[in-house]
Amino acid sequence: MCSRFLVSCLIGLAGIVVAACNQGPHVALAAEQSGRPDVIDSALDPGVDHSLSSTDPRVAAYLNNPDAVNTGKRLFSQYNCSGCHSSGGGGMGPDLMDDVWIYGSRLEQIHQTLVDGRPNGMPSWGEKVPDEQLWQLAAYVRSLSLPETLAAQTDNTPSQTPAPVPPSVEKDAGWAPPQGTTNDYTTTVTGAD
Amino acid sequence: MRTAVLILSVAPALVLAQTLPAPVPENEVFKREDIGHALAAPTPEAGRTAPSSANAPKDDGQWVMPAKNYASTRFSSLTEITTSNVKDLKPEFSFSLAVNKGQEAAPIVADNTLYVVTAYPNIVYALDLTKPGAPIKWIFSPKPAPASQGLACCDVVNRGGSVDNGKYIFSTLDGQTIAVDVKTGRALWRTQLGNINKGETMTMAPTVADGRVYVGDSGGEMGVHGWMAALDENTGKLIWRGYDTGPDSEVLIGADFRPHYPGEQGKDLGVSSWPAQAWEIGGGATWGWITFDPELNLLYQGVGNPGPWNHEQRPGDNKWTAGIFARDPATGSARWFYQYSPHDEHDYDGVNEQILLDMPFAGKMQKVLVHIDRNGYVYVIERSTGTVLSADPYGPVNSTRGVDLETGRPIINPEKQTKLGTTVSNICPTASGAKDWNPSSFSPQTGLIYIPHENMCMDWMSTQVNYIAGTPYVGALVHMKPGPGGNRGVLTAWDPVQRRPVWEDPENFPVWSATLATAGDIVFYGTMDGWFKAVNAHNGELLWRYKVDSGIISQPVSYRGPDGHQYIAVLSGVGGWSGAVVSGPVDPRDGSAALGMVNAMSDLPKYTTAGGTLYVFSLPR
Repeated sequence: MCSRFLVSCLIGLAGIVVAACNQGPHVALAAEQSGRPDVIDSALDPGVDHSLSSTDPRVAAYLNNPDAVNTGKRLFSQYNCSGCHSSGGGGMGPDLMDDVWIYGSRLEQIHQTLVDGRPNGMPSWGEKVPDEQLWQLAAYVRSLSLPETLAAQTDNTPSQTPAPVPPSVEKDAGWAPPQGTTNDYTTTVTGAD
Repeated sequence: MRTAVLILSVAPALVLAQTLPAPVPENEVFKREDIGHALAAPTPEAGRTAPSSANAPKDDGQWVMPAKNYASTRFSSLTEITTSNVKDLKPEFSFSLAVNKGQEAAPIVADNTLYVVTAYPNIVYALDLTKPGAPIKWIFSPKPAPASQGLACCDVVNRGGSVDNGKYIFSTLDGQTIAVDVKTGRALWRTQLGNINKGETMTMAPTVADGRVYVGDSGGEMGVHGWMAALDENTGKLIWRGYDTGPDSEVLIGADFRPHYPGEQGKDLGVSSWPAQAWEIGGGATWGWITFDPELNLLYQGVGNPGPWNHEQRPGDNKWTAGIFARDPATGSARWFYQYSPHDEHDYDGVNEQILLDMPFAGKMQKVLVHIDRNGYVYVIERSTGTVLSADPYGPVNSTRGVDLETGRPIINPEKQTKLGTTVSNICPTASGAKDWNPSSFSPQTGLIYIPHENMCMDWMSTQVNYIAGTPYVGALVHMKPGPGGNRGVLTAWDPVQRRPVWEDPENFPVWSATLATAGDIVFYGTMDGWFKAVNAHNGELLWRYKVDSGIISQPVSYRGPDGHQYIAVLSGVGGWSGAVVSGPVDPRDGSAALGMVNAMSDLPKYTTAGGTLYVFSLPR
């Protein structure tokens, strides 16, 4: 069964190992030995918590961290991210202020986007930009659509004081049933968006 | 259910429109009478303005190249549709392009087949006009590299192809020029010319003439080393490539280069008018119009803006950007050059159309090209020498105080020079120009040029920018706004002899479609909110309009069908730079998004949605 999808099988196994040993110090070691960051696989909805996903231990340092988002904001201009994504509203590249996450919204997923690039024009920055800075950029990108950041918007200009990323958004930032529904496939909600 | 029910982070629903900025006050721009200049007073008695028959042969009812003919008149001599019956115009058929991005191409009609190329992924459709409903003859899918989408500054547009000698010839976003056999729909040759890893894409419509295909690159916002190239029409082999910056040997400047103005004379100006090495990443892309002149055997090549936009990083004239080359078609060797915007500070590309006319000036008929520049001036240029005969503003202008016809240089207004770290407000015209790429038409019956354009200004703050290959090299935070009066677009009927507008039709949104003039004395154009309009060529009166499925930013054409009747064809599909707020994933809450265009266009999503459809109209029978 695995032969045809060998790569994804390996990825899946790696994920299980990581998930099982999440607290162990040798997990990070394993990732280092393989010479690449943990690969995260997806359920049908990218970003939804599921059994094969891991939480990269490196994420924690960038949560509740105002310095990380502020540094990320500065790097966002210095590395020309702003050339494509403007002040967050997009242009050559997608809008980063809306609630659409094509490849997932967790910091490790954003980080992976930065490291590997994406097929429709997002360049890859792994080994070109220090990893610390990629995490800071990921934190800033995540911050752009936080309600606190959006609330600080002035007319036609996105907030200049991005909010730090709270740990809560890491728990589940993927699809969830509309508020008020029970997702039991029988409930009708009226008047909801 | 394993996922948490609570949604812990929910961005608010997309805000559909931010506040539109107030229009720039009337007294912020200069008056046309005060800044327009000419070498001589108008002499209309010296003759009637018209293209030569070499450049605009007798109309055969086809439409084989985007500009209709080498004179680029976009004038159809078909007369069935008139000012009195156009009110009855009805859609004959429509065809979904299956691509919901900005559609800027002209439908092409040759041998009773209609060809159209879409925005990325640049699908070509051939439709059989001899059968009811114009069924598909073939579809050609070039499958350009998906990564090229991330290199296109202003939506993933394509400005069309041409039919010549049994081939449909066009370019792809990822930098290929391709010739498709019109009979089989299969590629005869494909030539890779652009390298997306260096920011090069291709969006312009090739010009095909005398067995050669003339093309150029896009990427003026990506730090490219701009160029144009000639390919053998039969083999696709590169014949020559001329760069737009750098040493004379690369620019193809040799002994027969005779520019009119002293500022363009000297050795290797494409190097010495830049800081060390800056020319290598200085832009100067050829993404607009290349015009072939069979009469004088010259090519006219419009060259785009210098990069980066932050001009303080590139002191000097930045030759040979934001100007026009006349080149030898066989060798590419430059004959003359004129720089519309030396050391451009406002993104005023020089790529707009060149209309080739015989026109009365200073008491005699002269061979001119009329160019309607981004910088806000209509230039009438004697085209054998590159001498500017007149330059007059047709839109809001305050970045310059006219063009000095002694030196050829615009007179800079220091108050509107852009600066590092400081916002300079109310600069007119805006970065996309008083008019962008979308071409005008010329009617020999009225002698007028129908200019589809913008009425927009901007606030600009330059920022420091680093060159990183394959990423934008811009360095500016721009916020656009409506020009005086608040209407963001205008259709202007311009008299090139008298140097003044004859009538103007204001539009709410920038007019980003080309115009089509017909011998029925009608001008057709489309609006970004989805109206396809016909107006009287003499006075601009609205005669007919039809609401299509999405905004129009393309090039309408007219042809004679197999049944002998006149048809009008146009693509809908909003997008492009001005429509990115609809066709992109672009957020109206960020006014600086899409290079500052969103600030002035945040209400467009209330008027139109993305689309992409071919519409063909005719009179009822």
